[in-house]
Amino acid sequence: MGRLIAQRLLAMLPLLLIVSFLTFSLTAMLPGDPADLILGDRATEAQYRMVHERLGLDQPFLLRYVQWLQRAVLGDLGTSFFNSVRVMDAVAQRIPATVSLTLASVLISIVVGLSAGVAAALRPRSWIDRLATFGATIGQAIPNFWFGILLAGVFAVNLRWFPATGYTPFGQSPLGWLSSITLPALALGLSTSAAIARQVRSAMVGVLQQDYVRAALAQGLSRRRVIFKHALKNALIPVVTVLSFQVTVLLGGALIVEHVFAINGIGSLAVAAVRQQDIPMIQGIVLVLVMIVMAVQLCTDILYGLINPKARPA
Amino acid sequence: MSDLVEIVDVTVTYWSRPGLGLRPKPFHAVKNATLAIATGKTLGLVGESGSGKSSIANALLGLVPVGSGTMRFDGQDLAAMTGGYPPEVRKRIQAVFQDPYSSLNGAMTVEQIVSEPLRVHTETGAEDRRQRAAELLSLVGLDPAHLGRYPHEFSGGQRQRIAIASALALQPRLIVLDEPVSALDVSTQNQIINLLYERQEELGIAYLLIAHDLALVHHISDRIAVMYLGHIVEEGPADRVYHAPAHPYTKALLDAVPLLDPERQRQRRAERKRETVPDLPRAADRGCAYSNRCPFAMNRCRVEAPPAYAVQEGGTAACFLLDENEKETRT
Repeated sequence: MGRLIAQRLLAMLPLLLIVSFLTFSLTAMLPGDPADLILGDRATEAQYRMVHERLGLDQPFLLRYVQWLQRAVLGDLGTSFFNSVRVMDAVAQRIPATVSLTLASVLISIVVGLSAGVAAALRPRSWIDRLATFGATIGQAIPNFWFGILLAGVFAVNLRWFPATGYTPFGQSPLGWLSSITLPALALGLSTSAAIARQVRSAMVGVLQQDYVRAALAQGLSRRRVIFKHALKNALIPVVTVLSFQVTVLLGGALIVEHVFAINGIGSLAVAAVRQQDIPMIQGIVLVLVMIVMAVQLCTDILYGLINPKARPA
Repeated sequence: MSDLVEIVDVTVTYWSRPGLGLRPKPFHAVKNATLAIATGKTLGLVGESGSGKSSIANALLGLVPVGSGTMRFDGQDLAAMTGGYPPEVRKRIQAVFQDPYSSLNGAMTVEQIVSEPLRVHTETGAEDRRQRAAELLSLVGLDPAHLGRYPHEFSGGQRQRIAIASALALQPRLIVLDEPVSALDVSTQNQIINLLYERQEELGIAYLLIAHDLALVHHISDRIAVMYLGHIVEEGPADRVYHAPAHPYTKALLDAVPLLDPERQRQRRAERKRETVPDLPRAADRGCAYSNRCPFAMNRCRVEAPPAYAVQEGGTAACFLLDENEKETRT
């Protein structure tokens, strides 16, 4: 197992380098000159030169990249073009809301998806299976922001069980955090729950037809033990793969759901940065998100090795 | 001495699940089957696919309910145990299935697979289980050092040995072998059959050996039963059934094995072409299930279902050709 982790970590390094280069070059190639935005349309040539010098835009591209990378490795992602906020501080301030929203919805989709999928698989073509399949279709078809508005309307505005907007940091009040995160996480987790339920159902139906399930039953193992010890572990292998894709989807969806619930997460920061062409900010946000996604993939690979002996390096 | 397993008049029925508003339709996979297996002996059960062999196995293992009839194991009626077998019975009937690639759980180590029955049915401690698992591996000719490996690291034959080790773990009195070698290549088949035979000699286990290869079954069985579309058409001592089949279907099964001599094989193929038989095995609506394919079918066969007639050299066959009255009228 240690070897698997080491292998994956090593493989991440070149990937990280490539991604950082792409991030840097793509944002550097954005049309328009950031100096235009800073100076307005009545600036002189000298003023332009001064701003370019201050932002380092007069340097050659590759040099800028190397300098940026050097600082990034040390945890310094530069300073915003427009206010002297350090990118790292801005991201660090906004990321907890986004990450906790994503994690909460992952948790919700695992719980909902697994139980619905297993319940459906145990009795194929029964009413519970039909209900779960129908629910999964609806769940995947409903856009998360719309579901979010619906949830907010019912549970926040009418029933007043949860706040309609805002985010309470966990450190400030764990209970407040939970109640502020519940509705957005439900809204965000809906389609992933549906995707996981479908995957669990089909994987489980397949596994339950395997001879080792028949063999285990014939050996006198209880149905519960066969379902949870033998079948579920094998059925989870494809589910883990789907989940790892879904985390990326969730992270993207979080940016929209944040907007619906007026949560100051990374989403609003990113939108503002793109609008202003705040290049260091965009680069910083993208890099951090990419690293989160890569960390998720690493966890997936490790989890995969844990549940599937065939995925372990010999 | 009474037999270890006595199956009398057992019917296994599956129900189709139609859409809304339609009644479920029954399908009789096994009809009024009667079989017996003596302690420490092997009963070979042969027949083409869909003949109900595996349904008998599943019924015996308690995996599908028995529609009617009695199924005794060691004096207890299994057919009456609708809520699953009690552990004492469960422990004593084990199974080995056809496909060793799907019958072993790929997420478990060999040690876990082999010792799981002990873990579930006995109070054995972890260390003892480990030791017993090692013994079981040597018993089936595998290296006990491989306990920590996973099934995907083994070949088909080795995997089947692991499955057998697991089935032997509780020292059962009966092992249901559902096509244990059909997924293996021929050289491995013999090794596994020999292994099964040797363990039977030592441990006195009875086997229900299900296969479609009559020659292979003959090799290791004491008695052979032949099934056709849910019916047991012939049963008797292995040598008698193999060398002197009494039922036309058993003869047809034996004739299906190609001959080594090309000249004789060609001759036989020509003979076979002259007989017109439907390709799809479908039971005749009335009378003997085999009557629509049988070259000897008489009018009576299409009306009446033949009972099991005693065969002179031992066993029974469900065919009117054995009826004394028929013999008289034909001569």
